[in-house]
Amino acid sequence: MLRFLTRTRHPGRFGLTDALTYVFLIVGTFIMFGPVLWLVMSSFKDRAELVRFPPRFLPYSQETVVVEGYNDPLPLFNVTLENGETRQLAQVRRVGLEAQMIDPANPEEIIRVNINDRTPIETVRFSLDNYLRGIQSFPFLTYLRNSLVVTIAATALTLLINSMAAFALSKYQFRGRDAIFLITIGTLMIPLSVILVPVFLVITEVGWNNNLLGVIVPGAATPTGVFLLRQYMLTIPDELIDSARIDGASEWRIYLQIILPLARPALAVLTIFSIMWRWNDFLWPLIVLSRNELFTLQVGLNSFQGELQVQWDLILAMTVLTLLPITLVFGFLQRYITTGIATTGMK
Amino acid sequence: MTELAKSARNRMQMFERLGSPFAALGSGALRGIADLVDIVMHPIQRRLGIQRMAYVFVLPNLLIFGIFILFPMLLNFYYALTGGTQLLPANRPFVGMANFEQLFSCGNFLDPNTCDEDLFWRAVWNTSGFVVLQVGFMILISLVTALALNRRIVLRGFFRSVFFYPVLLSPVVVALIWKWILQENGVLNALLVSLGGDRQPFLLSADWARFWVVVISIWAQMGFFTLILLAGLQAIPAELYEAASIDGANQWRSFRSITLPLLRPTMLVVVVLAVIRAVQVFDQVYAFTGGGPGTSTLYMVQYIFRRAFTDQTHLYGLAAAASVVLGGVLLVLTLIQLRTESTSSLS
Repeated sequence: MLRFLTRTRHPGRFGLTDALTYVFLIVGTFIMFGPVLWLVMSSFKDRAELVRFPPRFLPYSQETVVVEGYNDPLPLFNVTLENGETRQLAQVRRVGLEAQMIDPANPEEIIRVNINDRTPIETVRFSLDNYLRGIQSFPFLTYLRNSLVVTIAATALTLLINSMAAFALSKYQFRGRDAIFLITIGTLMIPLSVILVPVFLVITEVGWNNNLLGVIVPGAATPTGVFLLRQYMLTIPDELIDSARIDGASEWRIYLQIILPLARPALAVLTIFSIMWRWNDFLWPLIVLSRNELFTLQVGLNSFQGELQVQWDLILAMTVLTLLPITLVFGFLQRYITTGIATTGMK
Repeated sequence: MTELAKSARNRMQMFERLGSPFAALGSGALRGIADLVDIVMHPIQRRLGIQRMAYVFVLPNLLIFGIFILFPMLLNFYYALTGGTQLLPANRPFVGMANFEQLFSCGNFLDPNTCDEDLFWRAVWNTSGFVVLQVGFMILISLVTALALNRRIVLRGFFRSVFFYPVLLSPVVVALIWKWILQENGVLNALLVSLGGDRQPFLLSADWARFWVVVISIWAQMGFFTLILLAGLQAIPAELYEAASIDGANQWRSFRSITLPLLRPTMLVVVVLAVIRAVQVFDQVYAFTGGGPGTSTLYMVQYIFRRAFTDQTHLYGLAAAASVVLGGVLLVLTLIQLRTESTSSLS
C-alpha cells in the first residue's frame, strides 16, 4: 500500500517536487470542494445554528423534550446547580440573566438558574426541514419542471437541427455551402449577450415573450454544435454513403441510419454540452420570462435571493437541490465530459 | 479529435466485416423512423435530386440561425442609429451617430465623471480591470495545476475531476455558495476572527467586492482552462524530456526550454478564449453583487442589460450602441484567435 502511494516517476525516490505537487493538489481539492461541502452541511442546519457565530461544520441542533402542560417542545440544557450537581433540565422561559427551568420528570417545580450555569444539550442532526419548507414556500417543482422542459426540448432540437446541418455541410457539394460554413464560424464567438435588444424584439414580434419556446428556440442553432459535428462527420468515409446510395437508400435514410449512428461519440459530447448550457442558462431566460410561474430554476433561485429578507435557511436548501442534478450527471459522465472538452476545446 | 477519430475507425471496421452498412443498422427504431420520413421526403428527393437535398438538411438550422442570430445582428446596427424609448423599429426616430457620440463624449476618458454617459465608462474600466486580473491570475493558476496534473501521480483522474467540478455549476449557484461563505457571520469571517483579525465587510466594500468577483470567477472557470492546457502538455513528446535529461538538464531547465516554447500555441488560444469570456462577464456577478456596491462591479454586459431592460426608460439605442462597441472588441479578439490557431496548426 505504501509503495503504491509513494509511486513516482523515478522509482524509489520521492522528491521535493513530488511532495509539493501533492500538497498543491490536496490544498486545491480543499478549495474546490470545500465551498460546496460547506453549503451542503449548512443546508441541514436549523435557523439558530445558521446565525451562530462562529459557525460549526456539523449541523448541530439542540435537543428538545415534550413536557405535559406546554404546547411547544422545550429545549434541553445541562445545568450545574449550586450544590455542584449536574442535571438535565428543560427551559421554560428566560428572563434577563435568569432562566426558568423544569425537570421533565417533575414539571411542577420551577428551578431558577443563572444562564451562565447551563449549556445546551446538542446532537448532530441532518435535518431535512429546510428542504421541506423550501419546497413549500418556493415554487421549486414549477421551476424544476420549466428547467427540465427547456433543457430536454432545447437539447433535442439542437441535436436534430445541428446534425442535419452538419451532414449537409460535410457530405454535399452545393452552392452557398462555403458561405454558410464561414458565417457559422464567424459567429462562433458572438454571444447572445451582444445582441440582446434586437433578439428581444424578434421574440416579442413572434409572440414568445413569457413563453418557454422563447428560451428554447433561439439558442438551438448553435454554431459550436454545427462546427463540432461537421468536423466529426468529415471523418466518416464517403464510400459508405455511395454504397448505401447504390443499395437504393434515400438521403434521409443515409442520415438516420448511417450518419447518426456513426456520429454517436460527437453527438454524446454535444448532448452533454447542451445540457450544461441550458440547465445553467441565466441571462436569456431572465429577459424572456417575467412571469413567476415560467421561471427556470436559475432565474427563480436568483429572484428568491433578491427578496427583501434573505432567508438563508431556505436558499441554502434550494441551492443544493439546484446543483444536485448537474453533480449527478457529472458523477456518471465525468470521463466523457473531460475528454470531450480536452479534445474539442469548447464549452 | 484523436479519441473520436479512433472510435469512428472502429465502427468502420465493424461495417466492413458485416459487408453492407444496413446489416448492422437494419433493425431498430431508426429504421422505423426512416421508413416514416421517407414517405414524405422521397417525393421531395425525386424533385430536387440528391445533391440539392442538402438544402433540406441545412434549412431548419439556417432558419433559426438567420432569424435569431444573423438578422438581430444586422438589426442591432439599426437600433444603434435610432433613438427614443420604443421597441418597434418603425416607431424609432433616426438619430445617426448620436448614441455613439453620447457614449464617447468625454472630457477625459480615464475619468468617468467627465463623461456624458459616465455609467458606460465605469463599466468599461471595471471590465478592463477585471479582464486583466482575472485572466492573468487564472492562466497562471491553471498552468500550475495543469503541470501538477501532468506529473505521474496517483489518483490523477480524481484530481482532474476535482478542479473541473465547479465549471459545471450554474452562475447563480456559484454566487450563492460564495455569498454564504463571505457574509458577515460567514465561515471566512469566523476564520479571520479566530486568527485574531477583524471581521471584513466582504460584500459591502467596493474593493473587497471587486476582489471576490475575480476570485470567484477564477474558482468557477479555471478547471476548463486547466483541461485545455493539460491536453497541450500531453501533446509534447516524452522523448524530448528523456533526451534533455540524458543531456543533463534539470527539471527547471527542461521546463523552460521544452515545455514553455512548445506550450506557447496552446497558451495563446487559452489566453484569447479567456479574454473573450472575461469581457462578457455577467451572470455570476449579477447574482453575486448585482453590480454593486454602487457601480463598483458593474460590467459591460450588465450596462447593456440595465440600459435596455431594467432602467425605467428603456434606452434601447444606447444599449445597442454599446453592444456594437462590445461586439467590435469581441470580433477583434476572435480574429486574433483564428490567426493564432491557424499559425499554431501550421507550425
